[in-house]
Amino acid sequence: MEYHALKELWLCRVRQFYREPEAVFWTYVFPLIMIVGLGIAFRNRPAERIAVDVVKSDGSADAMAALSPPVADGFDVEVRRRIDCRERLRLGKTSIVVDVTDEGYVYRYDPTRPESVSARARVDDALQRAAGRTDPVAASDHLVMEPGSRYIDFLVPGLLGMNLMGGGLWGIGYVTVDMRVRKLLKRLVASPMRRSDFLLSLVGGRLIFTVPEVAVVLGAGVLLFDIMITGRVASVMAVALLGACSFSGIGLLVACRARRLETVTGLMNVIMLPMWLLSGIFFSYERFPAWLHPFIKALPLTQLNDALRAVILEGESLPSQWFALLYLTVMGTGCFCLALRWFRWN
Amino acid sequence: MLNGSSPIIKCSGLCKTYDTGRNRVEAVRGLDLEVHSGECFGLLGPNGAGKTTTVEILEGLLAPTSGSVEVLGMRWGAGGDRALRQQIGITLQETRLNDKLTVVEVVTLFRSFYRRGLDPAGVIEAVSLQEKRKARVEKLSGGQRQRLAVACALVGDPQLLFLDEPTTGLDPQSRREIWAIVRRHQARGRTTLITTHYMDEAERLCDRVAVVDHGKIIALGTPSELIARLGGGHVVEFAVNRQDLPLELGRVSDIPGIESACRQRDGFLLTVSAPHLAIPRLLERLNEWNYELNRLTTRHASLEDVFVSLTGRHIEDDGGDSASVGPGHAGHAVATE
Repeated sequence: MEYHALKELWLCRVRQFYREPEAVFWTYVFPLIMIVGLGIAFRNRPAERIAVDVVKSDGSADAMAALSPPVADGFDVEVRRRIDCRERLRLGKTSIVVDVTDEGYVYRYDPTRPESVSARARVDDALQRAAGRTDPVAASDHLVMEPGSRYIDFLVPGLLGMNLMGGGLWGIGYVTVDMRVRKLLKRLVASPMRRSDFLLSLVGGRLIFTVPEVAVVLGAGVLLFDIMITGRVASVMAVALLGACSFSGIGLLVACRARRLETVTGLMNVIMLPMWLLSGIFFSYERFPAWLHPFIKALPLTQLNDALRAVILEGESLPSQWFALLYLTVMGTGCFCLALRWFRWN
Repeated sequence: MLNGSSPIIKCSGLCKTYDTGRNRVEAVRGLDLEVHSGECFGLLGPNGAGKTTTVEILEGLLAPTSGSVEVLGMRWGAGGDRALRQQIGITLQETRLNDKLTVVEVVTLFRSFYRRGLDPAGVIEAVSLQEKRKARVEKLSGGQRQRLAVACALVGDPQLLFLDEPTTGLDPQSRREIWAIVRRHQARGRTTLITTHYMDEAERLCDRVAVVDHGKIIALGTPSELIARLGGGHVVEFAVNRQDLPLELGRVSDIPGIESACRQRDGFLLTVSAPHLAIPRLLERLNEWNYELNRLTTRHASLEDVFVSLTGRHIEDDGGDSASVGPGHAGHAVATE
């Protein structure tokens, strides 16, 4: 019988993974929970209705009519006693209180509450129109609600990138240091095992775990939130696998010297934090000042997220993403080689 | 020594100093050693004597501070490490294997590292784990794990087997199983280097023993040679009712048959060549001096007594582990108070 060390190491890594329920949870279930949770939180809702209280007075019926259909839409208007109106405003049950006086309307609201500020503008607008104001220029609204341009469409590729980063760093870095702490590595290097085989088996394991991971995240996006994958699925998978490899290399480098799990956990957070914040997972990095952009684009997750969005949302081909792919390859390979060189086995 | 061939392990002037900032620990201080082909060689000593450091240097896992090491005619770090590792099998003092893998998976993994080796199923059978072959490592008992560790060391069919404290903490049955494995390895003409702080283990298994203390070899020879060097083949231990008995060899040396005497934690230890002559006279002498006897035991001398006579300490004194002297002192009490 022929024995192949790299294959056996890789098989052991795969078995070890799927026999560890926690690892399976964090790799597959957690991203699913996250995508469902965020998707629900940021789903497109019908336009928010504005709660308006009108203080009971002689003019309150007119004001109420001016804020109710068929004259205006989008307001939940109630007429109450002054003391009740103020109490409801204080408790946040209403956004604005309208007081009809002889001099005109008095709006009572908290300027630090965004919905109150917007309510003031909308209420005033409706009341002024009802009173006969005409707009000098015609304006109409075009509402963006179709798949492809919603927030969830932006979010899903970002979450996928974030998972690939987390999986590579935790899945490799943590496991490696854990094996070092438990002296498993020491026993392995006491054998004639090729050290590069061991490190390659970790990366190879990550590759296998990545395929279902991508399927879970994108599948949830497609089934639950109608995400449209406009590029080729094979291209998406190729970008994801390359990203997983690249982050595996980074994970190995992070873990190559650490003797304690606390150390590697801290290092990992230091590496990941800037990417969580800057690399465009939850919002576009274009919002940061321009002088920061070169630094942000040097982060591997930025490159991965950009490439994933280009392929998933814009239907770009792989060759068009050559720079990001090359960047990730160089980054991953460089980190792997440094890790192999500096790795602490004992 | 056993045959004329060149030694399998040869090290000379071996030193290892750990520098941990304020503390400088000299774990090994000038150790010379030769292990010959086909023998089972034991490094015997208390915990902290430097056995594990020595053996890890020989295994190429630690670099010595100074001194030279040759294993199977090769030196570590000279470019042939992997070739050398192909010919040796190792169990570490505490071999941890992956908890989630099964016995057969672990042994197959280690088999895959070797160009030539044994069939994993055969090795698993040789260490009596065939019923556990599908069990995960986390489900194994201490003795089964240790046998699995030995299986991983054997599966490359090594010329030289290193076993670092292979039976520490194991029950008597598991210890005997490990010994049987080592004997079978020896029977195939292979070499074993074993470290232990169990005297009986060294006596039963080893062709030659080096007694190590404070990083040095303080005695070297076959177990029977070392015991013979004590002068007497018997040991008499006794304790009296008061602590002020000034017993030096001078005061009892005229008693026929007493070869040496030393004080122990809670009594005295004599090596005796003729207990039937010496014991009655000793009791008379104690009576003359007005001491009452609390305890008296006699037994055949063992390697433990060699260690005591060389260092004045019991081997477990350093380890702080009272269970560290294994069973096997075939002693019998001849009298108690």
